Amino acid sequence: MSRTPAGLVRAEPHSAISIDYDGRKLPALPGQSIAAALWAAGIVSWRTTRRGGRPRGAFCGMGVCFDCLITVNGRPNQRACLVPAHDGDTVTPQEGDGRADLAC
Amino acid sequence: MPTSPAEPSGAPYDLAVVGAGPAGLAAAVTAADAGLTVALVDAEPRPGGQYYRHPAPGLGARRPEALHHGWPAFTTLETRLRQHKQVGRVRHLPGRQVWTIQQSCDHAGRWTLLTTATVPPHDRAAPGDQNTGEAPGESVPAHHLLLATGTYERQLPFPGWTLPGVVGAGGAQAMIKSGLVLPGRRVIVAGSGPLLLAAAASLSAAGARVPYVLEASSYLPYARRPGPLLRNLGKLAEGARHAAALARRRVGLRTRTAVVQAHGTDRVTGVTVARLDGDWRPLPGTEQHLSCDALAVGHGLVPQLELAVELGCATRTAPDGTPALVVDSFLRTSVEGVWAAGETNGVGGAQLALCEGELAAHAVAAAAHGETTAARTAAALRTRATRLRAFADLMARVHRPGPAWPQWLRGDTEICRCEEIDASSVREAVDTFGAGDTRTAKLLTRAGMGWCQGRMCGPAVSCLVSGDGSAPVSADRRPLSRPVPLVQLARHRPQGRP
Repeated sequence: MSRTPAGLVRAEPHSAISIDYDGRKLPALPGQSIAAALWAAGIVSWRTTRRGGRPRGAFCGMGVCFDCLITVNGRPNQRACLVPAHDGDTVTPQEGDGRADLAC
Repeated sequence: MPTSPAEPSGAPYDLAVVGAGPAGLAAAVTAADAGLTVALVDAEPRPGGQYYRHPAPGLGARRPEALHHGWPAFTTLETRLRQHKQVGRVRHLPGRQVWTIQQSCDHAGRWTLLTTATVPPHDRAAPGDQNTGEAPGESVPAHHLLLATGTYERQLPFPGWTLPGVVGAGGAQAMIKSGLVLPGRRVIVAGSGPLLLAAAASLSAAGARVPYVLEASSYLPYARRPGPLLRNLGKLAEGARHAAALARRRVGLRTRTAVVQAHGTDRVTGVTVARLDGDWRPLPGTEQHLSCDALAVGHGLVPQLELAVELGCATRTAPDGTPALVVDSFLRTSVEGVWAAGETNGVGGAQLALCEGELAAHAVAAAAHGETTAARTAAALRTRATRLRAFADLMARVHRPGPAWPQWLRGDTEICRCEEIDASSVREAVDTFGAGDTRTAKLLTRAGMGWCQGRMCGPAVSCLVSGDGSAPVSADRRPLSRPVPLVQLARHRPQGRP
């Protein structure tokens, strides 16, 4: 059997939850950050940059670099590495500054 | 609707501690043991800082210690914290960031910490709905102040470093420790410093294949200056433990080697590595391609000094080139009433942080009780801190980036990740427009002006501006140490003004 982080610490999660990411239902564990839930699903990129449209995801993992910005329940520019995943959250990849609704 | 204004509430605490990592946690419980009332403000939801970062209770980790060394030291502190909280001697404010600290004019408490929620309260606001309730700002008044704000990781850019799957070595550690997730299945660890070995050990224990750890420095200088190592046999044992763990997992360790390019389009698929000379200059003809689906990279740690610098605390350049606070043997900063412990005083690891936290708390307690010097019980702690600091300084010297690392940059290598500013733009600001410091380079190029406020690109911009890859990292002034919602700023009334 292959080793996993959860196996290493003998994790017995209280309950399974799920989030909606870009129309896909992804499983998550209670207490995981949104970035962790995405990594667990093999997703490492969920933002495109403002100027070059380049893909980005979590980098510093501790809220310093702001590369992991994402839109959570309609609110853009949330740090995915800090925001905990809640059951039923709707998470969308963020394009640019995430404020396309303000553009005219 | 949250309406609480940012007003000091209640009686001032004897001591406010910023940061609940090893230093802050040790300081808070030691000060409370000595009879002080303590406010412990921390950005994280759980105490422990980055070092003792661990999964949320909901993840049900029965053996969190499997990802840690010295876990019992943490659980002991956590138990003491809980006991002090129960009797009201310590108030723990988790999930709150201090965005500024004010010095009061009146006697209601000398310092007032203004805080904001690290993460906004959960909601399911409709898209476009701006009326999303922000957590109210809370202010914390205190007579004495102890800064234990820790570090973030020093990053040096290289072509391809912005590709998804390239993550901080500390970032990979953080995501494993709290989220129980890996960035990939085949992870190369590269950069410089002892954190690389710890990250490689965690990654491989947690199931990733780590083919290589690439350390840009050489370990030989440790052997050339054996004094500090021999006086810190625990550190020698720690190194040996890491080496054994890596050997067991078939992790290859290469020194004087760096990743000079990451490849891929939407995520990293491989890296080019090269041998380095003693100045960290890539040696032509030594390049080699290695495949991976993630790269964990970091070049040591940078103390987080925003609050201290804004208060006027004097800084020095530590042997690793990063700014650190100037403190005396009682861990007093240059500003009266402000103490500092742990990594803020120069990166030195968790053991030193625990020791300094305790030591600083004794010093604060002595000051609060009107004594001019700390109690004699602190003498043993001081000896231990001095010994550990000597080792930290050696380690810092060994892993200071070499002067020639910028040679692995290309013109189109992004330096500032937030504003997408490349190396040629920064070099143009320096060579053509005469930028002589990071601030001028920032004003000319926007490098360092984005979301992270130069925390990621600052070390590299310092090097490009001075033309020296070993240049000191500047202690930038950031009046708002953390992003603050406008609504909170609007509600805040500066003290002493009607």
